[in-house]
Amino acid sequence: MRRDIAAWLAAAIADAESRGLPELKPLLETLARSTEALRDADEEFGHPALSHGDEAPGGATTP
Amino acid sequence: MTIAAPGSLVEAARLIERREVSPVELTRACLDRIAAENDALRAFITVMTDRALADAARAEKDIARGRYLGPLHGMPVSVKDLVDIAGTPTTSGSAVPPRHPQHDAPVVSRLRAAGAVIVGKTNLHEFAYGTTSDETAFGAVRNPHDRSRSAGGSSAGAAVAVVERMCYASVGTDTGGSIRIPSAACGITGLKPTHGEISADGVVPLSATFDHVGPMARTVTDTALMFQAMLDAEANLSRVPAADGPFWLGIPTAYFFDKLDEDVARLFADAKARLEGAGHSISEVTIAHVERTPDVYLHVMLPEASWYHEPLLRDHAEKYSRGVRLRLEMGRAVTAEDYVRAIHARSVLVRAVDRALEGIDALVLPALAVAAPPLGASTVEIGGRSEPVRAMMLRLTQLFNVTGHPAIAIPCGTGHDGLPRSLQLVGHRGGTERLLALASAVEAQITGGPGSVGGGAG
Repeated sequence: MRRDIAAWLAAAIADAESRGLPELKPLLETLARSTEALRDADEEFGHPALSHGDEAPGGATTP
Repeated sequence: MTIAAPGSLVEAARLIERREVSPVELTRACLDRIAAENDALRAFITVMTDRALADAARAEKDIARGRYLGPLHGMPVSVKDLVDIAGTPTTSGSAVPPRHPQHDAPVVSRLRAAGAVIVGKTNLHEFAYGTTSDETAFGAVRNPHDRSRSAGGSSAGAAVAVVERMCYASVGTDTGGSIRIPSAACGITGLKPTHGEISADGVVPLSATFDHVGPMARTVTDTALMFQAMLDAEANLSRVPAADGPFWLGIPTAYFFDKLDEDVARLFADAKARLEGAGHSISEVTIAHVERTPDVYLHVMLPEASWYHEPLLRDHAEKYSRGVRLRLEMGRAVTAEDYVRAIHARSVLVRAVDRALEGIDALVLPALAVAAPPLGASTVEIGGRSEPVRAMMLRLTQLFNVTGHPAIAIPCGTGHDGLPRSLQLVGHRGGTERLLALASAVEAQITGGPGSVGGGAG
């Protein structure tokens, strides 16, 4: 897991436990995996700071 | 008084117009069905007996005087208890203190203007935040086809009410599939229009970016009439668009067909063969980035839901169902940066679905990957693998909440387990009426006529 997400996850779990919600841990772990996948897709989704400005994302599609 | 209940809204409307059935008789028949079955099925939270009978009597008098308003006039319908009706609490299926609205939601006002008789407010997964409707303060909604199973969700009571002839159509809401999932689980028709087409004012939000309001009924024509009335209070059979096929349909095979139960796959293949046999052209299409759908959905829906509920959680956290509360708490952990990232990705997915629809009339795919799961189940078996129920229930529908394209679920047969299966048609944004026309033709070709699947479980 990316370091920024691991740190965020650890903080979120600690907060949940301090508020008496330990059952939140597996949900937060699922969310962390999803967040990592979304961040990893920045280029695929044409993040404006990463795009080369030559192609609109969205993909093509009928074969 | 007991009457032979007409099978569809259209049939009932014709009988009312010809004054062969009175709105009061029809309303009483629905109220009798509710009285007989609601304790077991938990379809309704509030039954509006006195108001419904008074409205039906007024409709009867007006029709007798020649003031017939159209097919919804005197028609018993129900409204999901997430939608405001003046003078009736909006519970949202929760033990959290309800709203006490002074005004009808616009969609309710339009139905009343079209002459509809509202018999009550239907049960749902608490705050529409779930797909199984077993987390509700008013008792788990049970599937009429097998009472040990979920009726889907979140608009489960709405679907059960239609199947059980407790009303002729229902108002539902759909944020990730909450109209189409219970429609599929119970064997009726459910339409999620284009995003924003029907006002969501006066509706308790789950995620404003993805929330849709739409009709549920026994047939596509019934659904189309409800849609018209919900849109502008002007339901008219002559306005129900006719199909002028053959059609070009696209099957988005990647992702959507990766995890299906055997009966869903078999009945979809049967439906495809019938459509091809009827002369429609069907080809495979791909939707770019489709496998990212759950991640995009989650990072928009979770924080939007948590934002609405934050003040309520502050004062009433212990009154929420445990699962709903945990999902709301989870949403508070999504960062603003990731929310904006998902909103950006959403715009890309909108274009991807637009491109998949270029040159064709609609996408066609199953509506629900599995049969209605047992109540309380957290996993289902698909292809020998255990999968989370929530993810499987949302898998085929949530993309079109992300993109706002209109989508309709239609029954396509019954599995070996005796439970309904359903297919989904997805149209062009702004093309809901065209989608309904196409759906009407598809319904006739795959079921042999409207209403032949999923009817009367009780």
